[in-house]
Amino acid sequence: MRILRSVILGASLIVSFAPCSAAQFTFNDAAQQKRYQALINELRCLVCQNQSLADSNADLAQDMRQQVYDMITTGSTDREIIDFMVARFGDFVLYRPPLHPKTLLLWIGPFVLGIGSVCLMIAVVRKRGRATIDSENALTDTDRRRAAEFLHQTAHDKDA
Amino acid sequence: MIRYLVPLTLFLAIVAFLAVGLNRDPTVVPSPLVGKPAPEFCMPRLKDPGDTVSRSDLLGSVSLLNVWATWCVSCRTEHPLLLELASDGQLPIYGINYKDDRDEAIRWLQQLGDPYIASAYDPAGRLGFELGVYGLPETFVVDSQGVIAYKHIGPVDAEAWQKKILPVVQALQKGGG
Repeated sequence: MRILRSVILGASLIVSFAPCSAAQFTFNDAAQQKRYQALINELRCLVCQNQSLADSNADLAQDMRQQVYDMITTGSTDREIIDFMVARFGDFVLYRPPLHPKTLLLWIGPFVLGIGSVCLMIAVVRKRGRATIDSENALTDTDRRRAAEFLHQTAHDKDA
Repeated sequence: MIRYLVPLTLFLAIVAFLAVGLNRDPTVVPSPLVGKPAPEFCMPRLKDPGDTVSRSDLLGSVSLLNVWATWCVSCRTEHPLLLELASDGQLPIYGINYKDDRDEAIRWLQQLGDPYIASAYDPAGRLGFELGVYGLPETFVVDSQGVIAYKHIGPVDAEAWQKKILPVVQALQKGGG
């Protein structure tokens, strides 16, 4: 009984790793197959929004894959297919947001913030470093004398 | 004093961005069709397959195009409001029955009421695809020229109607549709 259970568990684990797309599209042309694979990885599933068309099991993803397949086999270019999807579903369907004025902040923002923080950090550390050298709390001559006296006395006390 | 103001200001700026950003729904995808003419279509009617619903039906007045299905639970929640709007007669409502079973859809309308002038029967979702439909229910406001003026994602509740959709409809109707 235990053996049967392990076999069933093992089998179901193996099956669960199999690719889950409902219908796999195959092309006669290897170049087309490559284009198809590239496109369905670049396009986002609008239902399962963290998955590409390649990964998603959603109904709409299947429709979109079918559309990509149909368009490749009837001779559309990659650009035409992407434009087709964007015209209906918007820029969000692309995993890489296009670069235009609206998305400029999105693209450049992280670099600006990153470089900005590093510069700020350098400036602050430098200022702090300089402060210990020439701020008001540098030792005056009186302080030095008193310090010397204390040290001298402590040394004396130790000997005594 | 200044030393404390800089990080405080930065913090407040971050809080402001978060306040706006976190209150938005990240799953709502704005439609690229807003401001563009609705695609040409000609679909069989749900109840009368011999007849059609086409783009030309939408011309002539401001109308609502509501995408629904029997398997869509949220569609039920917005249904009473649609029935109310239909009985008020403020504007015609057309339906698109998306990826559904014809008999079940007809029965659904019989049980719950039919607010639609007519519903297009779209079992394969082809029309939905052309409209960028990704999550039911979705409702389009189409002006009298057939241009999509607004798209609402999710069920139309009283607040969405009053605050977002009705103003668009009224502005269009005043401007001559």
